[in-house]
Amino acid sequence: MDWAASTREGEPGQPSQNGKQSTPALVVEHLSKHFGERVAFDDVSFEVGYGEVFGFLGPNGAGKTTMVRALGTLIAPSSGTAVVAGISLSLEHGQAIRTRISIMPETPGLYLRLTVAENLECFAGLYELANAKERITDALRAVNLVDRANDPCRSLSKGLRQRVGLARALLNDPAVLFLDEPTSGLDPVAAREVHELIDSLRSRGVTIFLTTHRLEEAERLCDRVAILNTTLQLIGRPDELRDRLFKKTLDVRVRAPLNDPDRVFQCLPAVEGWEHGEQGEYVLKVSDLAIATPGVTRALVASGADVLLIAESRHSLEDVYLELIDEDVEVGTK
Amino acid sequence: MSFSWTRIRAISQKELRDYRHNRFIIYTMSFLPLIFVILPIVDIFTIPAVVSSQRLDTRVGLSLLYMLLIPTIVPSALAAYSVVGEREQGTLEPVLITPIRREEFLLGKALAALIPTLGIAYATFGLFLGCAALFAKPAVASAVFESSHLLVQLLFIPLLAGWSIWVGIAISARSSDVRVAQQLGTLASLPPLAIVALMSLNVIVPTFALAFGLGAGLLLLDGLGWRIVSVMFDRERLVTGNRA
Repeated sequence: MDWAASTREGEPGQPSQNGKQSTPALVVEHLSKHFGERVAFDDVSFEVGYGEVFGFLGPNGAGKTTMVRALGTLIAPSSGTAVVAGISLSLEHGQAIRTRISIMPETPGLYLRLTVAENLECFAGLYELANAKERITDALRAVNLVDRANDPCRSLSKGLRQRVGLARALLNDPAVLFLDEPTSGLDPVAAREVHELIDSLRSRGVTIFLTTHRLEEAERLCDRVAILNTTLQLIGRPDELRDRLFKKTLDVRVRAPLNDPDRVFQCLPAVEGWEHGEQGEYVLKVSDLAIATPGVTRALVASGADVLLIAESRHSLEDVYLELIDEDVEVGTK
Repeated sequence: MSFSWTRIRAISQKELRDYRHNRFIIYTMSFLPLIFVILPIVDIFTIPAVVSSQRLDTRVGLSLLYMLLIPTIVPSALAAYSVVGEREQGTLEPVLITPIRREEFLLGKALAALIPTLGIAYATFGLFLGCAALFAKPAVASAVFESSHLLVQLLFIPLLAGWSIWVGIAISARSSDVRVAQQLGTLASLPPLAIVALMSLNVIVPTFALAFGLGAGLLLLDGLGWRIVSVMFDRERLVTGNRA
């Protein structure tokens, strides 16, 4: 079966043949989950479109896994509403939702005494797949494990087990695939393999909800990210979040410190201020990079400075994340 | 969505495959029945040639009681492992994420414990009868083949197994430790055996009506067990440790 071509035509909330989506894959509105006094997550709202890779970031205990479990109907939310794969989240729709989604938990939870194929056969039965053998082969092919089908799962490395977990999650051709910390505990090579698999799923149009606290993973794989720390802190494309949180800056490095930096940088178009960095380094706050950069270059050359570098400052998603989480910790301690 | 035998079969088949590779299960399924068949065979061979009919009945009844320990103890160990064991291995959550209903999950688990138990229990009883017919003294063999004894064995093997299984699964669904679940499961499976023991030992005179009455009672308890355990089966508590 071709994973990319497989859609459930005519069902609500599914991508239609021309690729346009009638409704988002996930709609979450003011969702909260409390365990007694303890708040797992509170008043969380977001939407995820079909074919999108959506990253859900947050520190340990932020409520990411609980959110996945709530959307997967394993636990009941305390308040709020959600629509998962076109079906309203409720106890009576639990079975229908679970038919149309897949969740790969943090640890794949394989039956280690059984072979890879036997594990998948069990789940093919649980999903009542008509052409189980074909689907199992396709899922194994998608994760490059066809040749390990008859190996007992206990003989596989952690990375390979994760791939079997991913194959299992693909069996039912899910409308939404939830991946809960898919690279947790993996070495860099195994993590990279999982990243490549997620990339290939994205190219096949699979909607992925990815929880992680690996920021480089989110930055590399996700179209949009949400940062959760019990409450939703921020949501958007990684570059949008950077722009929203950090002012644009220009890094300047010259061979020797400027004699009078004030005179050089003052009155330049789109330059709003500057700060000293290390020896011969300056950070300029700018309102528009396209206007400021040529002016700064000309001014430095005119002052006789040997220019080594003029470049836009890069803030990683990690900077965004730390900024938000640190703020949250500060607010929490006040 | 309707009740699905495909999903039940998927769970049962997976369990049976898993048993084949599980040393603890193989030990439980082979060693215990072996003991429970050797002891009664030795017992009936040591019955003296001249003995009062009451004493003969008691000795044979006691021997046959060993047979009933098989459907009581073997499935209770399997059933007590069924939910908490999966939880400990981290395999429960992936199953609960699928469309399986709790009733289907539990029935699949119960059938996987029942099928090998019945096979082993009836096979060992057949072996016991064969040994009695071929090698026991005629008076002893005749007592063994008495219809009331046969009836108690044939009727109560599946019913006792059913009781043990549902009690075991109920404990397993509420327990957080495999060993504790198995010990409690074995203990809790014994009470109905006490009544059957009284029948085997002729303390309660085993009439057909009484046997069928008790059998019907156990059958009802087995059916109720499935429904009660299904109600007790709380996905949220099993996944998070917190009640929904």
